[in-house]
Amino acid sequence: MLTNFFPNVDWEKMWEATYETLYMTTISTVITFILGLVIGILLFLSSPNQLWANKLVNFLTGSIVNIFRSIPFIVLIILLIPFTKFLLGTIRGADAALPALIIGAAPFYARMVLISLREIDKGVIEAARSMGAKTSTIIWKVLIPESFPALISGLTVTAVALVGYTAMAGIIGAGGLGNLAFLDGFQRNRQDVTLMATILILIVVFIIQWIGDLITAKTDKR
Amino acid sequence: MIQLQNITKKYKTSNGELTAVKDVNLSIDKGEIYGIIGYSGAGKSTMIRLLNGLEKPTSGTVTVNNQEFSSIKGQKLRDARQKVSMIFQHFNLLWSRTVAENIAFPLEIAGVPKAKREARVKELITLVGLDGRAKAYPSQLSGGQKQRVGIARALANNPEVLLCDEATSALDPETTDAILDLLVDINERLGLTIVLITHEMHVIRKICHRVAVMEAGEIVERGEVLQVFQAPQADITKKFVSQITDTKETQETVAQIKANYPNGQLVKLIFVGEKTEQPVISHLVKQCDVEVSIVHGNISQTKNGAYGTLIVQIEGTESNVAAALSYLHTVEVQTEVIANAN
Repeated sequence: MLTNFFPNVDWEKMWEATYETLYMTTISTVITFILGLVIGILLFLSSPNQLWANKLVNFLTGSIVNIFRSIPFIVLIILLIPFTKFLLGTIRGADAALPALIIGAAPFYARMVLISLREIDKGVIEAARSMGAKTSTIIWKVLIPESFPALISGLTVTAVALVGYTAMAGIIGAGGLGNLAFLDGFQRNRQDVTLMATILILIVVFIIQWIGDLITAKTDKR
Repeated sequence: MIQLQNITKKYKTSNGELTAVKDVNLSIDKGEIYGIIGYSGAGKSTMIRLLNGLEKPTSGTVTVNNQEFSSIKGQKLRDARQKVSMIFQHFNLLWSRTVAENIAFPLEIAGVPKAKREARVKELITLVGLDGRAKAYPSQLSGGQKQRVGIARALANNPEVLLCDEATSALDPETTDAILDLLVDINERLGLTIVLITHEMHVIRKICHRVAVMEAGEIVERGEVLQVFQAPQADITKKFVSQITDTKETQETVAQIKANYPNGQLVKLIFVGEKTEQPVISHLVKQCDVEVSIVHGNISQTKNGAYGTLIVQIEGTESNVAAALSYLHTVEVQTEVIANAN
């Protein structure tokens, strides 16, 4: 029946593209989470009246985050072509999309981390300090656990944005569903291929959102 | 146990420099419950944070439990803080942790091994009366229960000093009393020195041995609680004392009595300690031949004894009333004439 509705869809190609999209999204989400968390915590701790209050560090980190956050993703990919080539030796394939995906998403996520950390009651951090906690203890046992649901819902938004970014990365040859929709669907005028790729992207997005909401709800004890 | 010498704390704000604490000297003994009372902005919040190094003084030295908190840093400061713990107005519990995990937190910081931690947590849960709630999350607890967790957490590392930052200000009166009873119990059982800041005279009256009254960064009055109640000197202290003795209803009653009974004299009697147990009024009536009607009475228990006020209206001939007043002086009851009806 599916073949009647989608006569031009090469299913093997479609699954491969889906796998590539999932691959790019997963790897870039994981690395974005780690990198964004580190930058976000640095931004938070270096802001005024915090444990590492430091105007210079805060200003520099904040500026870098803002610059990379402001560059449109499609422009960022092009700007990063030499960097990617240097790093991986090629600018084609799913791996080649990763640097651009991560550099595009990590600053965005770092801002969300900062917002989540600011939501933590200042008194809780003060309480930990009054108990003699080290900054590393405060990071691992107060900042991250106390903001965890917010960190996860921010990550969900970021992961969904990353699915969108992979589609854009596909246009310059990174593979994935976006690439398939563009090359096989749009350029050869096969609307059913574009439609199927869209449906699969939507399913991926819904699954990400569902998992994100589930973890957020499970960990939120407020 | 605690010494503050010439402490001044200044903050830089956008409106210039702000002096939160001005040249304060204070000494608190071991095992004492010491209260610092003041309105918000009086500097008491800064004062209590100087005692565990959360704030550093601009000048002066802070010595607590033989550690100079005003100068130590790093690991030494962190170790010292484990013996000077703190509870807070808004409890400041980690909502992501259960009751037991919250209480275990300071033990984790101190590097206590897991098995010992669990045993200690159990002990503390019983001590503060939270048996059966170990696995609950803070969001499932009432305010009073949250403060109990806060107290258990503060006691985990066997501190020498407990600092209470408006610990009962967010609780209803009944819960406040229960928490205050718990603090007294801990003070007596563990010999812990307790320093508390508050804006409620009720808290001072109920549990403190000594009190300091703060206004605009300075200590304007200090001493034994009973003595401060009995003879408040500063205007602000009088205001705080009247929080307990002169309620608004009393003032209204007095106004009404004055209007209804223009004859006679309204007198406020202040009894302290054993005087509260003497039959002063019946003696007065028998000996001086005056009519005495009671307008309002109040007895408060403080840690150093009872403190009572009684407002009476004395009617009689001028000489008899004068005799009555002088009788009251002989029994060492403080009298204060509220209004002469004529």
